[in-house]
Amino acid sequence: MAAPKTVGVLALQGDFEAHGRALSQAGARPVYVRTADQLREIDGLVLPGGESTTMLKLLNIENMKEPLAEFAREKPVLATCAGVILMAREVSHPVQECLGILDLAVERNGYGRQIDSRIVELDPSEDFLSRTGAGKLEAVFIRAPVIQNVGPKGRVLASYLGRPVLVEQDQHLAVTFHPELTSDNRVHQLFLKKL
Amino acid sequence: MLFDEQFRLKVGLAEMLKGGVIMDVVNAEQALIAEKAGATAVMALERVPSDIRKDGGVARMSPVGMIREIMQTVSIPVMAKARIGHFMEARILEELGVDYIDESEVLTPADEEHHIAKKDFKVPFVCGARNLGEALRRIAEGAAMIRTKGEAGSGNIVEAVRHIRTIVKEMKQLTVLGKEELVHESKKHGAPLDLIEYCAEHGKLPVPNFSAGGITTPADAALVMQLGAEAVFVGSGIFKSPQPEQFAKAIVKAATYYNDPVKILEASESLGIGMPGLEISRLPEAELMQTRGW
Repeated sequence: MAAPKTVGVLALQGDFEAHGRALSQAGARPVYVRTADQLREIDGLVLPGGESTTMLKLLNIENMKEPLAEFAREKPVLATCAGVILMAREVSHPVQECLGILDLAVERNGYGRQIDSRIVELDPSEDFLSRTGAGKLEAVFIRAPVIQNVGPKGRVLASYLGRPVLVEQDQHLAVTFHPELTSDNRVHQLFLKKL
Repeated sequence: MLFDEQFRLKVGLAEMLKGGVIMDVVNAEQALIAEKAGATAVMALERVPSDIRKDGGVARMSPVGMIREIMQTVSIPVMAKARIGHFMEARILEELGVDYIDESEVLTPADEEHHIAKKDFKVPFVCGARNLGEALRRIAEGAAMIRTKGEAGSGNIVEAVRHIRTIVKEMKQLTVLGKEELVHESKKHGAPLDLIEYCAEHGKLPVPNFSAGGITTPADAALVMQLGAEAVFVGSGIFKSPQPEQFAKAIVKAATYYNDPVKILEASESLGIGMPGLEISRLPEAELMQTRGW
């Protein structure tokens, strides 16, 4: 058996430990990334859920934005919730800075506040199912962003209420819900296949 | 019982706040400063704890208009405090749509026997605790996040340290006991057996465990996080300091790099003296906030 892949989880703030557990269960070795130097040691990177404004602040203070963008030009990134906001081309509600790595327009807190958070079952695309396994996908949305439009390179792997919630673009995956908070780890498995 | 859908969503938001700083604010202007400094959430309250301590009188839920203005001003989660046992204040906050309610000992308790039945609410609750039994009783009532109480508004970290150490130690002790010993532990801690069993198996609470009450400097934040807190609440420590923005930014950085003294030094570099502190042993018993809650 091949050695496990080393996957970084950006650990500036948020539910990075939940991603660490999900990655371990999916057969990877997680590393918590807090400095730009650590990006050299990893095969892929997860941007966790949390507060995008806080992460952005720390990325700026620690001069990690450019190294992160450079990393993403070559290697795969799995972005969840706040991570999608960081990776987007355009962010609204309110307008904020983003890295522009994924060709997506995103509205923050697009479903509303915490009382509008929800757990739903998704019917992923045939493409997703054939690459991972059959069955509905449980999606935990917490103050989630809404992807308003997807650029020509984006492939929608799952939607909810007519909006994309799981999008693949080149080596990257963008997920507006929290696959790290469910026991179904097909999203993480798919990500590991892309490394 | 523990992880029904509603409860998973409540705990889920607490998960998103880990590694961050939740800041007390008394108006929209402070909320904006907190958000810009990198707060993961703001806590709306009528007066910061050190002012409640100084001014005395009854401290209640914040005015609705003030909370609404804060909600309209910032994009991060907004929490607000309700008095212990005051389920009507909590219902108002739920209708208002705040993201978390803090059933808080910092406000004057409304009920000296009962806390709010928090499972009946759709909005999540955080509650304070000084020890494992208190934490598990609050979770049994439906709290989805625990924060150690410390002594709010004191500018003194000693109580926060005592409370996080106590909870962590009491959980560690459970992990080495046999199943037959846990029933007695349940009785001793005054906490439901299923929650005692959860802690014995996992060595941690079933919900995130944050720290509050007396955190004033980046070093304080890093200290309690090294002791096991997963995020921090800072009350008077920011807006009662001479440099609110700088203290706010510095504590945000400390919450991320709590294991890295070089980064904590960097964060502390531009700071002057923090808010004035109080020696706990000189506080009259009746002025302690941590003893409120049962």
